[in-house]
Amino acid sequence: MLHLKLGRVGCLLTRRAMVALTDSGARLSTHGHHEVSDQLDMSQPIYSDRPDTPLPDRPWKDVLDATDKSLKQKEKGPWSALSKEEKIALYRLKFNHTYPEMKRPSQEWKTVIGGMFFVFGFTGLVVFWQGLYVYPPQPPTFGEDWQAKQVQRMLDMRINPIEGFSAKWDYEKKQWK
Amino acid sequence: MCLEQYIIFTTYNNHVDVFSKIICMMFLYVHFSGARMVLLPRAPLASRCYSHSKVETDEEFDARWVTYFSKPDIDAWELKKGMNTLIGYDLVPEPKIVDSALRACRRLNDLASAIRILEAVKDKSGPHKDIYPYLIQELKPTLTELGISTPEELGMDKL
Repeated sequence: MLHLKLGRVGCLLTRRAMVALTDSGARLSTHGHHEVSDQLDMSQPIYSDRPDTPLPDRPWKDVLDATDKSLKQKEKGPWSALSKEEKIALYRLKFNHTYPEMKRPSQEWKTVIGGMFFVFGFTGLVVFWQGLYVYPPQPPTFGEDWQAKQVQRMLDMRINPIEGFSAKWDYEKKQWK
Repeated sequence: MCLEQYIIFTTYNNHVDVFSKIICMMFLYVHFSGARMVLLPRAPLASRCYSHSKVETDEEFDARWVTYFSKPDIDAWELKKGMNTLIGYDLVPEPKIVDSALRACRRLNDLASAIRILEAVKDKSGPHKDIYPYLIQELKPTLTELGISTPEELGMDKL
């Protein structure tokens, strides 16, 4: 589904949606073996940044180079010996985004509302076209003359003379009250 | 109602693509544009039926979790499982539970997870901004003892 949508090009909406899509979801980090395809290997533990899951199934960075390994060794000792930068580096080895980063607001709502209005507008055009090309001609009873004669007939018949239609007509002055 | 639905929608549908969101938002809009919002009937508190099993007290709950994290040979999986479960509950863990978890991190030589736990409990407090400072205040002795810096001290609480 993801790849199907990503394949479509041309529409501004799709482009904005692509930007929105690539922000979310689990991402591949530096992994040991070279991934042939872009697909996530669902048989392995997957990393995810989720506020409701503080400790994901695997660390962000699996493959550690020499500096990372030495830092990990230092982590086994007293943590007060670590500098702030080292602590941040250790955090970034294990996790991708911090909580504020994972909870940062996205601009996706603009795409959603914009898309909604676009669809409403398109529907409006469809409805307008329908009115021109699909609807049958209006019955004669809608015409100005017919309507006037209809009103006169209703008044002559004294339709609702007490509280309704004819009650609003002044029969002496021959005008609406 | 529309805004709530949208917020809930977007929070729990990280992997739903934008197009589905547009279509569903429109359904919601059409549904509520009738302006006929029926209040959901709620059972009055007095008549709520509890099951007859024993209800765990807060102290028992706390003690259970402190014991869980206090296991001397706790492994990484157990720490992960415990924290994820704890954060799944509708509560902010007591300082003693967090303390126990932080010490478990120390035994596992995992500073990153310790900082992550602090971030997580801050997130759990939600709009109640006074819970996290209280938690840190209670945990200060442990934090200094183990050498754990808070996310604020590391500048990681900002974007």
